[in-house]
Amino acid sequence: MNERGRMTLGQRFYVREVLSGIGLTAGHFFRNMGKHLAHALGRPGARGAVTVQYPEERRPYSPRLRTLHRLVRREDGSPRCVACMMCETVCPAHCIYIVADEHPNPEIEKVPARFDIDLGKCVFCGYCVEACPEDAIRMDTGILEFSSYSRGGMIYTKEMLLALEPAGPAGQPTSPVPIPATRRV
Amino acid sequence: MIADLGIAFGRVAFVMLFVLNTAAILGWVERKQSAIMQDRIGANRASIFGLRAMGLFHPLADTLKMLTKEDFRPARADRLLFALAPFVSVFFALAAFASIPFGDTLRIGDRVIPLQAVTLNVGLLYVFAMLSLGVYGVMMAGWSSANNYALLGGQRAAALMISAEIAIGASVMGVIMIYGSLNMMEIVRAQGRLLGGWLPAWGIVLQPLAFILFVTAGIAATKRIPFDTPEGESEIIGYFVEYSGMKFGMFLMTDMVETIVVAGLCTSLFLGGWQVPFLYADGFHFPWGAMITLSPLPVTVLQVGSFVTKVAVMIFFLMLIRWTLPRFRYDQAMRLGWLGLFPLSVLNIVVTGAALLAWGTR
Repeated sequence: MNERGRMTLGQRFYVREVLSGIGLTAGHFFRNMGKHLAHALGRPGARGAVTVQYPEERRPYSPRLRTLHRLVRREDGSPRCVACMMCETVCPAHCIYIVADEHPNPEIEKVPARFDIDLGKCVFCGYCVEACPEDAIRMDTGILEFSSYSRGGMIYTKEMLLALEPAGPAGQPTSPVPIPATRRV
Repeated sequence: MIADLGIAFGRVAFVMLFVLNTAAILGWVERKQSAIMQDRIGANRASIFGLRAMGLFHPLADTLKMLTKEDFRPARADRLLFALAPFVSVFFALAAFASIPFGDTLRIGDRVIPLQAVTLNVGLLYVFAMLSLGVYGVMMAGWSSANNYALLGGQRAAALMISAEIAIGASVMGVIMIYGSLNMMEIVRAQGRLLGGWLPAWGIVLQPLAFILFVTAGIAATKRIPFDTPEGESEIIGYFVEYSGMKFGMFLMTDMVETIVVAGLCTSLFLGGWQVPFLYADGFHFPWGAMITLSPLPVTVLQVGSFVTKVAVMIFFLMLIRWTLPRFRYDQAMRLGWLGLFPLSVLNIVVTGAALLAWGTR
């Protein structure tokens, strides 16, 4: 591509450039059309488009992708969290709210009575995961499609976060979205 | 009397149905063709009872959406002109197709029916008149909206239309000189001759320069990319910026209809209209002596099919250009019209005239 104002005569005449452009786009059209036809006639390997039809087709997520949080459970099902407030402190969006309580087991210092994350505020930085000394919070559920008609519907409680499971090998969610988008809270 | 009326009605109805339905399908064609050109799939989600039909219901969904949207009018807009503009725009675009022939004469009993909506001796001038009048709707829309951007768009449309119209008129002069008629039917009929016994005397063969000029100016007349300065969606939005609902839809429809009209004009003037190579009223006469005799009805069907196919190919080509080239700047479009297309058309007239004088082949 020449600098502006220094085009050759052929480029200034433009017809040749138009034809080469049309050749490119028409080439794409007929190549893709042939692949679409081959696909329709029973060759599933032939794909005329690079489109991923999203809700039905998904590309695998990277394992390090930060998705919806979950609270890791102990063997007895109680949260591994000891309510040390590290995540609440480090959170730049101030979206975590923890109320601590005594744990019945004297070996364990504390347990969260409440552990709420306001996902309407969360910026998905992952600092909470990094700050946690107990590996009690992770962002590996693979769930990205949570939404709500109200702000209250974006607040996820301890019980919801405890019920979530880690994502499958291709990053696909293995547990349902805790609050369906249609629920009005 | 009743039969005559019915025949006239049928001729008009065929043209109207052809143009309107093609315009409706063009929305789908545009989406799908651009998608396939760009390695995409294109709109395919609209469905009726789960039947998607490759996105064919999207034009229907669009129409329903536009019909049910609020019909907004700005407070300071000119009430009458604002309402009238889209109708003027789409009316003249639709009317322009009337004198484009879609087949030779059809003989039913002792009636001879020319297959075009209106038989006009000055059909070509009529088409150009209608195409030029179409810009009044755009100018009315731009002016009556009481919006500076709309006014700019209307003004740009007027300037573009003038430069395009002149190039269109001048580039077609060569065709008129060669075929010696302004009657579209006669022009198409004259393209049935064979040059040297085997090459059909289509306009594109005899007037290749005029074809390029005409297509370029024709795209400018449709106000579509690369000549969409009146709209310029990334700069001024254009003359329909204040329109909503089906009135806006009518402006979109105007663009589609004008595309069909330009494709139909190109077909009739340069691609032999309804002519099928070597097909005459009594069947095929091949240059190597072979002959296939056909009765009149299959001949008519072949001719109409040929016209429709050529128009479809031409529309494909126009869409290809629309989805390939970037928009001309306003001054570039003006320079192309006045300093590029117009002098070249005049040159084409001179060369054609000289050639006609030298060889005198009418």
